[in-house]
Amino acid sequence: MSDADVTRVVEEAFREEWGRVVATLIRLTGDWDLAEECAQDAFAQALARWPRDGVPRRPGAWLTTAARNRALDRFRRHTTEAARLRALASAPTGPDPEPAEEDHVPDDRLRLMFTCCHPALPLEAQVALTLRTLAGLTTAEIAAAFMVPEATMAQRLVRAKRKIRNAGIPYRVPPARLLAERTAGVLGVLYVLFTEGYSASGGPSPTRPELAAEAIRLARVLAGLMPGEPEAQGLLALMLLQDSRRAARLDEAGDIVTLESQNRAKWDHDEIEEGLRLLDDALARRRPGPYQVQAAIAACHATALDPDDTDWPQIAGLYGELVRLAPSAVVELNRAVAVAMADGPLAGLRLVEELRAAGELAGHHLLAATRADLLRRLDRTAEAAQAYEEALALAPTDAERRYLARRLAETNGT
Amino acid sequence: MKYLLLICAEESVEVSPEQADPEPWIEETERRGVRLDGHRLCPVGDATTVRAGLVTQGPFAETKEQIAGFDIIECADLDEAIEIASKHPVASFGAIEVRPFWPE
Repeated sequence: MSDADVTRVVEEAFREEWGRVVATLIRLTGDWDLAEECAQDAFAQALARWPRDGVPRRPGAWLTTAARNRALDRFRRHTTEAARLRALASAPTGPDPEPAEEDHVPDDRLRLMFTCCHPALPLEAQVALTLRTLAGLTTAEIAAAFMVPEATMAQRLVRAKRKIRNAGIPYRVPPARLLAERTAGVLGVLYVLFTEGYSASGGPSPTRPELAAEAIRLARVLAGLMPGEPEAQGLLALMLLQDSRRAARLDEAGDIVTLESQNRAKWDHDEIEEGLRLLDDALARRRPGPYQVQAAIAACHATALDPDDTDWPQIAGLYGELVRLAPSAVVELNRAVAVAMADGPLAGLRLVEELRAAGELAGHHLLAATRADLLRRLDRTAEAAQAYEEALALAPTDAERRYLARRLAETNGT
Repeated sequence: MKYLLLICAEESVEVSPEQADPEPWIEETERRGVRLDGHRLCPVGDATTVRAGLVTQGPFAETKEQIAGFDIIECADLDEAIEIASKHPVASFGAIEVRPFWPE
């Protein structure tokens, strides 16, 4: 195997195993910084040794053992850590670098996810910690993804880890009485991560596919670790169904292509198929939740042969269900769009005007953009142009501004 | 882990004596052995603040919610502390700040 091949294998192992190695080391040492350092060290050792010794049969077990041995070395040098050393030495990973049985060793990534997403931590810290400890992104990469200076992100991570330690945030899967609420928190963090990648909240590029890919990877892990939780599967299905449109969502100039104008041949049909299969599985458990409903909406779009084939009455009904399960002004706005498609622009505009009168979403470009669109379809050109201008002033990304400017020009031209 | 629970409420808020009765909570926390100490405090009008050597009357911060009492609890972790705090009667109409002790 060439060095380049080994580098590729180590990179793959990094993506697959980083979270597991860190999660296990946190359980064994109780020290988050030490766990990260030892994991990093284990991957460096792999880069040095795998070209010489060959890639081990179980790379994950090899890496975990290497990281654990590194932690043991560190503790040996500080004899005051005697108690922790004893605990670590007797911990059930086995000193054998190729343990015969590892399947009964619990997967620590689930407890790591729950701890990273503990509600006592600020949301942005939850997201950053998840990316650092579970996905293995560097502080610089996370800072770049959220467009904050690296020092700010480093401080955010330090503070979060300090709070976990000082406030006694437990490192475990929550007990039954807390599980539903805390699971919703974990799902929420992964979805924030995905939407930030799918539709960036600011900056020159409207998408950051690498963040969306990390979110999908983590959602896949979570769905695997919580096979009894249909919402975890629902979230993964939702991400896959939305991500399937990625290649069709932007044109050559990097501008947004609306769903109705997208080239459906460019959709990723493998992702659609997997998403639909996961959704069917989840819905069969008959415990619906907001992610399953959103995935069902995405599925309506994904299975329509062309825009005219879209089952809008079904989508409007699903949004009604979503309003009931997870009420929010943004969901109401989406419902208004679906109702406009099912029952005509006037019916949709009525709902939009209700939202507007309630003062919800004031200052949000999507409210103004939706209203502009409905007014345009009703041939109320002057009002539409005014609403497009309002939306243009509020839109956060360049691509959205270009799209709205185009629509405004079209409206003024007709 | 030791935590200080700061029991905060607006002094003007009106609640029935049953709703504010801390006795069942005190009984439960003492039975579970998590409550080490605690007391209700006099209203902020009775407070005195010493800041940079200057003595002023009243609380250290002019806010709507004021500290009405405190409890010191010893719990396994933050989740248990949150559970204890959420059962305190004031949690239903005021706020409870759960503050860990500085690690020794």
